[in-house]
Amino acid sequence: MAIIINSETKVLVTGFTGRIGSFHAQDMINHGTNVVGGVTPGKGGMTHLGLPVFNTVKGAVAETQADMVISFVPPPFAADSIMEAADAGIKTCVCIADGLPTQDMIRVKRYMRRYKEEKRMRLIGPNCAGVITPGQAFAGLMPPHIYKPGRVGIVSRSGTLGYEAASQMSERGIGVSSSIGIGGDPINGSSFKDIMELFEGDPDTDAVVLVGEIGGPQEAEAAEYIRDHMTKPVAAYIAGLSAPKGRRMGHAGAIVSAFGESAQEKVDILKQAGVSIVPTPSSFGEVIEKMVA
Amino acid sequence: MDIHEYQAKDLLKQFGVAVPRGGIAYSPEQAVYRCSELSGDKWVVKAQIHSGARGKAGGVRICASEEEVQEAAQWMLGRRLVTHQTGPQGKLVNRLYIEEATNIAQELYLAFVMDRTLERVVVVASAQGGMEIEEISENEPDSIIRSVVDPAVGMQAFQAREIAFQLGLDAPLISQASKTIMGCYELMSQKDAAMVEINPLVVTTGNEIVALDGKLSFDENALFRHPGISELRDKSQEDPRETYAGDRGLNYIGLDGKIGCIVNGAGLAMATLDMIKMAGGEPANFLDVGGGASPERVLMSFKAVLNDKNVEAILVNIFAGINRCDWIAEGVIRAVKELDIKMPLVVRLSGTNVEEGQKLLAESGLNITTANTLAEAANKVVHQWKAADLKEAV
Repeated sequence: MAIIINSETKVLVTGFTGRIGSFHAQDMINHGTNVVGGVTPGKGGMTHLGLPVFNTVKGAVAETQADMVISFVPPPFAADSIMEAADAGIKTCVCIADGLPTQDMIRVKRYMRRYKEEKRMRLIGPNCAGVITPGQAFAGLMPPHIYKPGRVGIVSRSGTLGYEAASQMSERGIGVSSSIGIGGDPINGSSFKDIMELFEGDPDTDAVVLVGEIGGPQEAEAAEYIRDHMTKPVAAYIAGLSAPKGRRMGHAGAIVSAFGESAQEKVDILKQAGVSIVPTPSSFGEVIEKMVA
Repeated sequence: MDIHEYQAKDLLKQFGVAVPRGGIAYSPEQAVYRCSELSGDKWVVKAQIHSGARGKAGGVRICASEEEVQEAAQWMLGRRLVTHQTGPQGKLVNRLYIEEATNIAQELYLAFVMDRTLERVVVVASAQGGMEIEEISENEPDSIIRSVVDPAVGMQAFQAREIAFQLGLDAPLISQASKTIMGCYELMSQKDAAMVEINPLVVTTGNEIVALDGKLSFDENALFRHPGISELRDKSQEDPRETYAGDRGLNYIGLDGKIGCIVNGAGLAMATLDMIKMAGGEPANFLDVGGGASPERVLMSFKAVLNDKNVEAILVNIFAGINRCDWIAEGVIRAVKELDIKMPLVVRLSGTNVEEGQKLLAESGLNITTANTLAEAANKVVHQWKAADLKEAV
């Protein structure tokens, strides 16, 4: 059944009637996703793309039993839409918006902790490409045709680098169990480690590809998890080896930034954890083929 | 978004933080006039640029006479100051801040930052402020005071008091220090600052706590709700290439190489720069055209890349998900024609509508090299750039 999304998942689209929401909702429906309806405040009772529109997420859940929300709500209002989903008892929320204020994300994550762990919503994103289980369903922006169904999981910060990995795998006949875009923002809903745990526990996944980049502690945290708990092989690519040092104004960044945030440090830490390193963005196929052989 | 010291101090004052009296000056005459307004017999002339470490570059001078002020102002205005934070091109000084001099008894350090691991605002403080704070944090990490703010309730007065006591301040100064710390936090939270840094925060010989410097940086994603902060932007402090691209909604960062890049997605853009370096070239920029790029947007990206006169070759790398390769190709063709591009141009298209895109490029009859993979594209662009360079040399 892979992770996070499958053909049974009941998906609700927030920001449903907007231009972007409509376009992607239609694409998701065309590729077999079980979209059960959408939410646009003030447009409840209407029908859009042949599906019911609701005023609130709670109202939609009561009628449709939706368990996933994909939010196309624009950045200034996206935090509110995530919290609304969390409060309506949604299991997973995928937030696409690129440009959420950092303080909004801090508030969102604090808000989600109000719920007991077993009832807490899983947030994917923001600023992400979404989630796909090839051949079953997807919630996001990705072009589904580049993924072949299979048994290798992908977790990526960047959308387009995740596509690179998937298409190079397809060319060599290697399929994907699920591909999860966790997003490029400094503060995001699910970390590499969170998704690694899911892949480790998923009987339909044999190996995992991690696509990381410069900045932040999440790759180093994942490396620790891989070293201590992961039984499945992992390959990783880190973008930003040539990135210039950030031009910053004060000293505060240097005081708080920890070891393991530069691309080279991340590569070294992952290598030490037993991960196969993908040295260039053109060698995903080659390295993964060797790993799963 | 960064702002100037005098703007930061104005905001800090609004939030109850004590700052020295001062005024802005755009000319040596104004600088001298500010001295007479401020009265006293000692002033500090401070170059307003978006960088720290100004003192070491000659951008801060203590003056004991109006003549000295006049002379310092004349030296600083119109000069490009180079610090380790500005890059070799430095930053242009076009305004000065003239302040009354402060008699310092002790220098402290106080900053508020977003901690990505904790996903919370963290207060960082040290009893040893001043220019050597980075070394202190490295060599004596235990001397750095940290306090984490719970976003559910915000910073509490007891936390500010704890920091003040840990700084070793005398009892009569605690309430003033707490007020300063709380004021900085309120500013950060109400105005969506990404960073507040006061270095040094000083105890004066008159036993007052005063912010001698102030650095504020704002979350650009939150500027939509702070028009007053947006107004403080000073484009003269930005890389003009970045200003041009940024004003057109493109995510662009200027670099020092010769190979211009147009890519979709920040991660793929970074990976493209890595590949160019591995192939032996140096990228001129990072540019993410974003999703749903129309031919017009592609054309605009070319303009932004060519705005950098160092560019001698261009690499376009698109993996289309929500983008369409045929639109990208259309934009590339328009750019080559309208901008009369003669330099080497390599285009790698993949993903949605790739066949249509490649067909358009092939049938255009233009001198555009295509590539199927990123490695191939990077190798080709570096190779062609070197070949063109050679031809020119002969």
